[in-house]
Parts: sequence; structure tokens; C-alpha cells
Amino acid sequence: MAVPTIVRERTPQIIVLAVILVLNAIISPGFFSIEIQNERLYGSLIDVLNRGAPVTLLAIGMTLVIATKGIDLSVGAVMAIVGAVAASLITSGYSLPATLAGALFVGLACGLWNGALVALLDIQPIIATLILMVAGRGIAQLITEGVILTFNDKPELIFVGSGSFLSLPMPVIIWIVVAILAILVVRRSALGLLIEAIGVNRRASTLSGVNSRVILLAVYAVSGLCAATAGVIAAADIKGADANNAGLWLEMDAILAVVIGGTSLLGGRFSLVGSLMGAMIIQSLNTGILLAGFPPEFNLIIKAAIILIILIVQSPASQAAMANVRANRQAVAIKSESREHAAR
Amino acid sequence: MRTLNLLAATAFATALSVSSAFALTVGFSQIGSESGWRAAETSVTKLEAQKRGIDLKFADAQQKQENQIKAVRSFIAQGVDAILIAPVVATGWDAVLKEAKEAEIPVILLDRTVDAPEDLYLTAVTSDTVFEGKVAGDWLVKEVGDKPCNIVELQGTTGSSPAINRKKGFDEAIAGHDNLKIIRSQTGDFTRTKGKEVMESFIKAEGGGKNICALYAHNDDMAVGAIQAIKEAGLKPGKDILVVSVDAVPDIFQAFVAGEANATVELTPNMAGPAFDALDAYLKDKKEPAKWIQTESKLYTPADDPQKVYDEKKGLGY
Repeated sequence: MAVPTIVRERTPQIIVLAVILVLNAIISPGFFSIEIQNERLYGSLIDVLNRGAPVTLLAIGMTLVIATKGIDLSVGAVMAIVGAVAASLITSGYSLPATLAGALFVGLACGLWNGALVALLDIQPIIATLILMVAGRGIAQLITEGVILTFNDKPELIFVGSGSFLSLPMPVIIWIVVAILAILVVRRSALGLLIEAIGVNRRASTLSGVNSRVILLAVYAVSGLCAATAGVIAAADIKGADANNAGLWLEMDAILAVVIGGTSLLGGRFSLVGSLMGAMIIQSLNTGILLAGFPPEFNLIIKAAIILIILIVQSPASQAAMANVRANRQAVAIKSESREHAAR
Repeated sequence: MRTLNLLAATAFATALSVSSAFALTVGFSQIGSESGWRAAETSVTKLEAQKRGIDLKFADAQQKQENQIKAVRSFIAQGVDAILIAPVVATGWDAVLKEAKEAEIPVILLDRTVDAPEDLYLTAVTSDTVFEGKVAGDWLVKEVGDKPCNIVELQGTTGSSPAINRKKGFDEAIAGHDNLKIIRSQTGDFTRTKGKEVMESFIKAEGGGKNICALYAHNDDMAVGAIQAIKEAGLKPGKDILVVSVDAVPDIFQAFVAGEANATVELTPNMAGPAFDALDAYLKDKKEPAKWIQTESKLYTPADDPQKVYDEKKGLGY
């Protein structure tokens, strides 16, 4: 019965995603058509899954961080750092496993840095992670020495960004695997509950024996690892590390995905599935805008307007109003029923 | 002291009838190193100075105007013979330019202009970005001849002046040629990632790319990203879809070598060369240069020995 619960809890996200996909199909009639090209699935829907990979990965880490009442602004910059590290390792002759290990290690280190500032020094998360957000692009530029570090002749790393496995693009495979792992770990153990407890009240959970420092360190570390994975994908996708632009503003998209997915910025209850759907909603929107062929000046306005509508529909006030309507209807139904009874 | 130095230098130069101004000291306030092109401009400026025996004092402003103003003031205090500024923004320069004028130090603007009275600076050396778009458009007009050609356009960052101007110039070039038509135009933010993503959507929206005859990208980075998207869609960039872009960064020459791009218009990083020439003429012969020196917008195609150009450009720090 697990699936129906998820469907019931995520009804608003499912409806929004469905509406946007249908709108896309109206704008671009071939939107749902998927064919096999070069032995891989090819079509706009696949593009949505593929292009959404970085934000999806960031959103997984971001959900856990936000659930502890934190926020991680540094993920875009960590993507740039890790992309630079991966590009410089592979171009200096390291093997793919060594490159990936090095890249993930750097992402982990960035996450632990954020976690240490938040968990050990009790610095507010928005400020603690702002440090790396600002400094990160500088660090990435130092690594690439200010150029776009390309690796056109390294097919093994390029494969991570544009190869395919089981006919699906690699980034899609990677984010699905990471998402399943994350969901299993937090929901098949008490970890998810402990994270929520810290988000609701860190002091109370510490007093009741939750090791909040270690868990806080861990969620920021996971966020760093997710950002590292996204960074490797982004670099591999364009066969180069672009320190200036890799992951630029993606922290905002990731936070938005989490919020659209129904997790509150105040911490506590969270939903990874919701965040994944949030990321897909954002990417469907982006792809739809590109397919629509409006002048680019309208891109951000359209995106902002649609997101505003989504947030208004999800807002507590309109949720309450809808609940009211539903309750009234029920009351009316019960009343008329009892009237019928009385008439009899 | 400065005037003395200058007199001595000029006298010395004249005496030896050397063509270059000897032992000049020039201060250069650079914006920063936000792009590969900017880094190349810095290294070319240093090279050009070295070639002429000019002592170049370099200051990196890290994208901040206050750092640039500080740098210019310190150049004035050091009594340099001339100052080059690549201004980060257009406004707010009047005061410091007046100070330089009072100290009788000529100021030359590189790459961008400022909103200040023209008599406050000697000249501005910039590229004409409208003309760059026109050169790209003219190339395409000539290349396709009378055949019908549907063009997709990757614009630069929405609202930025190179994006507006490169679009304008291209539109001017293809106006009056009814066989050329821009069917889709979208921003790729001057980046490879967005260039690739937007090109993917163009291909999907235009019958798998079969309706597209040419791509015009406002910079090479977007073109490089788009080339990958074209390849992944099973088409041949450079043949099935012609690729023309602007900037001439090294990586587009690699695409030339691979036969995947067709033309690029150079935004030369050598703004300092013409600036030093103008300065030389001004200091030696008191010849006032024009207020605007336009750099050459050279068209490169795969016929221009791309491997050689790539090797030359690669060392410049792009």
C-alpha cells in the first residue's frame, strides 16, 4: 500500500507536472514521441529527464539539508569546483576511477566544511554556506587557471555526461540510482525520522539522545556529494569545466524544487519524491519554454508566473480554503441526507 | 618629474630615430579575468608592451570599479606616461578622468567605452559588435547563395549589448535575402551548457533538425555546445547544419579542424596594439587620434589553416 500513499500525498505535484507536460505537448506536438536514435532513447521527454539531472541531484541533498532547518547555498559553486577538479585530474592522465574518486572526495570535503561550520561552530546555515558559494567559483578558477578546461580526447569521462546505458542517457541512470539509494537509506532506517526531529527542534532532539552534530555533518556531506555528482555530469556533458558558468544559480532551482515538492523551509517533514517531482516540474517548464519559441525576453517572466501559480495553489491559505470547500460540500451532503431521512 | 622623463624619453627616441616610444611607462587597469577572452587580452597587452619596450604596470580590478579608480589614481601618483583602462561599467568615470587630464596623462579606453565627455580621454579602441554580426551574416548570405535556408539563432545573455548588437548586425546582413529566414531565436546565455540544451530543443522543434540549414551563435562557446547537440541528434554539424559564430576562441578552431564548424568572426584580444600605436603618434608627433579606433573583425573559415591558428591562440590564456 506504499505507492497509493505516495500518490495521495503528492497529488498537487502530480497534477502540476501532468498539466505542464500536457501544455508542452500542445505547444510542441511531438513532445511525447520517443524513438531510438544511435541506440539510445531520443525525444523531448528524455531531454527533460536528462537536462534535469543536475537540479534533481542537488535537490536530493538540499531536501535533507532543508529538513534539518538548514539550507545549502554553495551547491552551484561546489559543482564548479568539482567539475574543475575532474577535468584537471583526467587531463593530467589519471584513470576514470581515480578521477571520479578525487572529484567525489572534493565534493565530500566541501560538504564537510559546510557541515562543520553549521554543526560545530553553530553558524547559521545561510551564512555558513554563503562563504563557499562566494569563494567556490574563485577556487574553481584557480584550478582551471581561468580557462574552460576541455577534455575532448577523454571518452571515458565524456561517457558519464553523454553516454547511455540500457538506452537511457547516463545522467538519468545516475540520478535515478542516487535517488533510490537516498530514499532507501532515509526511509528504511530511522535516519529520516532523526533528520526531521532535528529540523523540528534541534535542542529537544539532542536532549532526547539524537547525535545531532553527526547527523548535521552527514546531511551537508551528502549535499556536497550530490553536488559533486552533478558537477561531474555538467562538465562531462560539455566536455569541459567552465568555472564561471557551471552550476550557476542552480542552488536556487534546487531550493525551488524542494519547496515545490512540498518540503517546508522551516524544516521537519520532508519528501524526497516530492523534490524529485519538483525538479522535473522545473525542467519541464524550462524545456517547454525553449520549445515554445517565444522571444527570450519572456523566458523568465513565464517561468516566474507559472511558479507563482504553483506556489499560490500550494500555499497554506489556499489549501485551507480548498479544505473548507470540501468540508462544506460534505456538510451539505450530510445535511441533505439527514433531511431525506427526516422526510421519510 | 614626469614631464622631464617624458621629454628625455622623447628626445632620446627622436635622437635615435627609433620608431617606438622608448622607455615609456604605461599603467593598465584591467577589469579582471572573468572570461578566456579577457585573459587573452591581458596577455596580448603584456606582449605588445614588451615588443615596444614599454614598461607596463598592470592592475587587476577583480570586476570592481572602485579598484579601477584606485589603480588609476595610483598610476597618476606614480607619474606614468599614459593609462589604459578597460572600464568595467560605463558610468562614474568623470572625476578620475579629470584628475588624469589635470596631470596631463593621456587615457586610452580599451574594449569598452564610458559615458564621459570625449575630451577627458585620448581615444577608445573597441570592436564594433554590430559589424561582427554583419560579417557573420554576410558570410552566410554568400555561402548559401540562392538556396532557401532556415536559420536558428543562439543569442547571448538577454539584454547584454553584444547580444543586441550581434543580432542587429546579422539581421541587417540577411535583410533583403528572402531565402534566408531566422526560424528560431533563443538565448543560450553565452555558455556551452545552455548552447547545447537550447540547440537540442531547436532540433526537436524543427522536425529532428531537418528544417534547419544553419546555426548562428553569438559566441563560439554556445556554438561548441550546439555542435555536440547536433552530433548527438545524428546530424553532421558543418554539413547538415552550417555553423557560424563570433569571437574566434581556440576551441572553435579545433571544430574547424574536425570539419564541424564553418566560420567565426574574430573579436580580437589585441586592443593594446592599436592603442600603443595611437599613443606613440600622439606623444611623438602630437597627432590627436580619432575618438574611436575600430579593431578589425576578421572572418576565419576552415581554409585559414585552423590548426596553426589554434596553436597560436592556445598560448594566450583563452
